[in-house]
Amino acid sequence: MDSKKNQMKNIFNKISIQSIVIGLIVIGLIVLSISGFLTPLFNVGLNPLISSQSWLSVRFLSFKEFFTSPKDMATLRERNAQLENEVSQLQSQIIQLQENLSEAQILYALLDFARTNPQHEYVAATVIGREISPFLQYVIIDKGSSHGIRYGMPVVTQQGLVGRVDAVLGNASRIQLITDASSIVNVRLQSAKVEAQIVGSLTGEVSLEMVPQDVSVEAGDVILTSGLGGNYPPNVFVGQVVSIQKLENALFQTGNVQAIVDFTTLNAVLVITNFQSVDITPLIP
Amino acid sequence: MLSHIITGLSFLFTLMIQYAVISRTNLFYGTADLILLLVAAWSMLGKTKVSWFWITIVGIFVSIISPYPVLAPLIAYLIVFILGQIIKRGVWQTPMLGMFIVTFAGTIFQHVLYLFVLTINGREFFWPEVLNMITLPSLLLNMLLSIPVHALIQELSIRTNMIEYEL
Repeated sequence: MDSKKNQMKNIFNKISIQSIVIGLIVIGLIVLSISGFLTPLFNVGLNPLISSQSWLSVRFLSFKEFFTSPKDMATLRERNAQLENEVSQLQSQIIQLQENLSEAQILYALLDFARTNPQHEYVAATVIGREISPFLQYVIIDKGSSHGIRYGMPVVTQQGLVGRVDAVLGNASRIQLITDASSIVNVRLQSAKVEAQIVGSLTGEVSLEMVPQDVSVEAGDVILTSGLGGNYPPNVFVGQVVSIQKLENALFQTGNVQAIVDFTTLNAVLVITNFQSVDITPLIP
Repeated sequence: MLSHIITGLSFLFTLMIQYAVISRTNLFYGTADLILLLVAAWSMLGKTKVSWFWITIVGIFVSIISPYPVLAPLIAYLIVFILGQIIKRGVWQTPMLGMFIVTFAGTIFQHVLYLFVLTINGREFFWPEVLNMITLPSLLLNMLLSIPVHALIQELSIRTNMIEYEL
């Protein structure tokens, strides 16, 4: 029993001494490392390790990127296509909204014109077509006899005079523009206070005719309908005088007119439905 | 039957395009006449009876809409059709050349006819101005458009014939 006790004591003593020594070494190393005395030693030992670690890390990342980048590219391309698709959809929406806005602006302008000229009753119509032949200046609108439109009714826009109804179907009408070669509109020059006529042509240009020689007409003079002849209501804006030709041996002055309405971009018009044109043909000798 | 459907639909589609788009697209004061081009192409590439029938229908329709008197558009299109039939026999080995000839001659004839009708109706015009500003630009547009129209109608005609043969 005593011998066993002695052996145990010896082992315990050995362990205790070893533990104490190891503990002291560890504490000493910690103290030395904190105080910086071991840094050169660490540098010598760790630098090759860090270098090799960074070399390996860089190579690994390159290797990984090499194999994973195509996958990312495919994802990015897919995402890009998706975004492009969304952009094109948004662009088409913007175009649609702009068209709606443009249409709304035209309708507001027409409504404004109708409000400022309450003496007339109007039917708004959309221009749906244009005459095939380039020699004739006619347009087709989407309102006809079922909407109260009749032959001879004047047609205007918020800007001014467009023409008159030339033929009527149930749900469509043909409008003869004032630029047509057979169109003659009796007008009044606002500043000169004189009556004249504007006549269309095959090319769609409008000219001023029947202006007396003794009247002074200048470029920029405003032209309004006179109401004579009973085809159009009076005081509708037609256009402006661009130039005037005065020949001494001619009976009348003639001139070029800039119509106020842009007939190339005519989209919507107002038909004056409470104006009945008068056919004075039987009275003409 | 399929020929009638294809020809009729092509004319219907062309009428809509012509009134809504082509007539609003000007070169100077001239515009292309897509219907005339279609008449020329079908008269050379389609079946005679089918083309004849639909050209008459379309001609009457255009004449009703148009302010021209005495069915002038119908007469113009029928003359173009007859011209196409004559050219088809003469230069059948080079159909594109035939299309050019019919388009050129057809446009000139159509404009002369329209101007003649307008003159009878008392409209005055200055010939050089009309020629430079309307007829020549219209002719150029028609000649340019005759190439795709001919190609399209040729394709339609071939496919229609193939389907009808298979049926």
